[in-house]
Amino acid sequence: MRGLAVDGVSVGFDGTTVLDGIDLAVAPGEVVVLLGPSGCGKTTLLRAVAGLEPTVAGTISWGGEDLAGVPPHERGFGLMFQEQVLFPHRDVAGNVGFGLRMAGMPEALRAERVGRVLDLVGLSGYGQRSVATLSGGEAQRVALARSLAPGPRLLMLDEPLGFLDRALRDRLVDELGLLLRRLGQAAIHVTHDHDEAFALADRIAVMADGRIAGIGTPAEVWADPGTAAVARSIGHRNLVELDADGACPLGRLGAGPGTVLVRGDRLELSDGGTPARVAGVAFRNGRTEVTVRVGDVELHLFADRPVARGDTVGLHIADDAVVGLDGS
Amino acid sequence: MVAVVLPAAFLGVFFLYPVAAIVGRGLTGDGLDRLVGLPASASFRNVAWFTLWQAVVSTVLTVLVALPGAHLLARYRFRGRAVLRALTTVPFVLPTVVVGSAFAALFDRFGLDDGTFRLQHTVWAIIAAHVFFNVAVVLRTVGAFWEGLDPAVEEQARVLGAGPWRTFWSVTLPRLWPAVAAAASIVFLFCTTSFGVILILGGPTRATLETEIWRHAVWRGDLASATALAVVQLVAVVAMVVVANRLQRRRAIGGRPSARRPQRPTKRLLGANLALLATVLLLPVAVLVERSLAVGDGYSLRHYGALADRVNLLPVSALVALRNSLLFAVVATALALVVGGLASLVVVHGRGSVSRVFDLGLMLPLGVSAVTLGFGMLIALDDPPLDLRTSRWLVPVAHALVGIPFVMRTLVPTLRSIDDRLREAAAVLGASPTRVFREIDLPIAGRAVAVGAAFAFAISLGEFGATSFLPRQPDRLTAPLALFRLLGTPGDLLRGQAMALAVLMMLLTAACVLVIESRGRFGSGVVRGDL
Repeated sequence: MRGLAVDGVSVGFDGTTVLDGIDLAVAPGEVVVLLGPSGCGKTTLLRAVAGLEPTVAGTISWGGEDLAGVPPHERGFGLMFQEQVLFPHRDVAGNVGFGLRMAGMPEALRAERVGRVLDLVGLSGYGQRSVATLSGGEAQRVALARSLAPGPRLLMLDEPLGFLDRALRDRLVDELGLLLRRLGQAAIHVTHDHDEAFALADRIAVMADGRIAGIGTPAEVWADPGTAAVARSIGHRNLVELDADGACPLGRLGAGPGTVLVRGDRLELSDGGTPARVAGVAFRNGRTEVTVRVGDVELHLFADRPVARGDTVGLHIADDAVVGLDGS
Repeated sequence: MVAVVLPAAFLGVFFLYPVAAIVGRGLTGDGLDRLVGLPASASFRNVAWFTLWQAVVSTVLTVLVALPGAHLLARYRFRGRAVLRALTTVPFVLPTVVVGSAFAALFDRFGLDDGTFRLQHTVWAIIAAHVFFNVAVVLRTVGAFWEGLDPAVEEQARVLGAGPWRTFWSVTLPRLWPAVAAAASIVFLFCTTSFGVILILGGPTRATLETEIWRHAVWRGDLASATALAVVQLVAVVAMVVVANRLQRRRAIGGRPSARRPQRPTKRLLGANLALLATVLLLPVAVLVERSLAVGDGYSLRHYGALADRVNLLPVSALVALRNSLLFAVVATALALVVGGLASLVVVHGRGSVSRVFDLGLMLPLGVSAVTLGFGMLIALDDPPLDLRTSRWLVPVAHALVGIPFVMRTLVPTLRSIDDRLREAAAVLGASPTRVFREIDLPIAGRAVAVGAAFAFAISLGEFGATSFLPRQPDRLTAPLALFRLLGTPGDLLRGQAMALAVLMMLLTAACVLVIESRGRFGSGVVRGDL
């Protein structure tokens, strides 16, 4: 077994269970994104893998070697915190070179490596700056450089872009994705933002209530979220309740009661089909997003023709648009 | 274990025992007779009334003078802001005798020491010096709080139709009130326990509780009256500390600093502020320097040269006194760092009740006035086995006691602020637990140690109140005592020497401020006067 293996790991504090039997594998060079709402245990999982949080059950291993009893400083993992925790008493180079110094790298080599990592994160020449003078985005880049510099076998990023504004965040997500791929860096990236997750992930693991609710490549998870909770957390909005006969205003979509997902990207406005009323129109990223109502069911889709609120339109539902979900 | 026992023993022997001695003597025998007789004594009522009203007026004026500056520092960014902050801090750590000298020089220079517009030896001189001293306290406390208030609330008021003054009165001031009240309570405490300033600028006719204790004990040798007054002072000070602490806690309900980029001040705002602060803070200092250089109609360094000569008035030359003070300051600083450092570790890492007792106990010397401290040591430490009257340690020990609260006030918050995640970040990057302590805890606390040391050093260098009580061998005269005697004696040459000595002491304490300010935020808690 190469890379990280988390098997049945549980963590609890004072009688409450924070992580409940987590299984997760990260192959060398793979980027796994943990997606879930705040409080679902994402951060705790990272801290457990880093060795900062004691586990009550399960094993964490790297390349088949059990890491139980290996202290954080001997695991060779990198962890980037959500809020920047740069060392206030060291300049940028002192922060970035910290891990290399701990590893005993000679000064001259270290300076060269620090310079290269700073180039990598787009902060060439920042070495002598005091960390107090950095902007939020710069500080996050320094924190990233600090985590990358020692060449960790696994890099863990705990919502590193969480408190940055949207535009900066989008840019840094792209840069981060390119950087991780270029370095072939194995990474676990934690976020609550599904756009960020899809942009970065080789695989997405959706977490809820201390468990992994679903895992797969972005395309797999998108096409078949499995449960309503996962579907919602990755950004699906068209969840439809079926009655005892599997029917709803759209027709008979199942064999019995339950929830189905109607994929917005498999819906089209057409001349025939199910009649629907346009309840809202929003322009988003160059496309027109339409909210339509069929009875009491509300669906979101992208329109390929001009429509206005109050119009009656026809709705074509592709065969693969309806995806069954387990549970609620 | 050592960390608990050493500070506790130090505090017990050199602080609690002397204070207990005052209370013990004040509530028995002659002391009790005098204490009971105090309310009926007209001279006591005069002294108490004067102590009170001069402190009230000083406090109100200090707040009024400091508010515009606090506004400037809180709401605007401009070139030289850091320098301005540092400069306004200098008066706070200046020795009282130096401040006394500066105002004496000011009155001298502008002919206010006699005639119709005489200020020397009036209450106005005292009040002016108190404002000079304490502006920094208000500037810092209120300024820092103000900075944390979201300006959007004021902007909202403006949009809703309130003019600038209306906005200040009905929106800003009520929000600032907790900080103003906390700062004012501390300034009031400092003004009621002020000693050197009153002695030098008030002259023989202006007496407060502090100077009366001193006059009875040191001049008249009437220890019974002095203890009775000291008990009154002790009770009053404890009451004030309790009130100040209350107000202090309320202040903690502040906002978060706004993310908005602060504005640049207009030329008028900046100019008016600088003019006000320069008049109040810079003018006395500038005149002091000018007077120290003035010889006859010209200027020379003759007064400085004369410091090396012994004058009849003093047992040693002023320069030797300054050397004594520096030596005492080194020892006092070392003592304060060891005792205060250990106590800080107990406060931060100790168990609940031990931690709280230490936190409060070692802060007490800050509340109790220096005069009470010196007087307590005078009457308590004169019997075997604790006969320390001839010990060369007595003065540095007293100075260390005054310095310890400052050391702790810088160290404790810093030790607490070292974020666990900093340690975790270091651990993940490969630092073992001992390495984490060496790389994270030690260097960060190290700066706070430097700041605490600078405070302790400056305080020891200028300590006057406690030292003036302590018995000592004549050749161990300290610089503040020498300065006091030089100032109190007529004659241009002695006066010139006094000014020169005051300038040297000012430069030394200003150097300490430089250390404090260059370590940035670490010193701020202390200058805010947190008790």
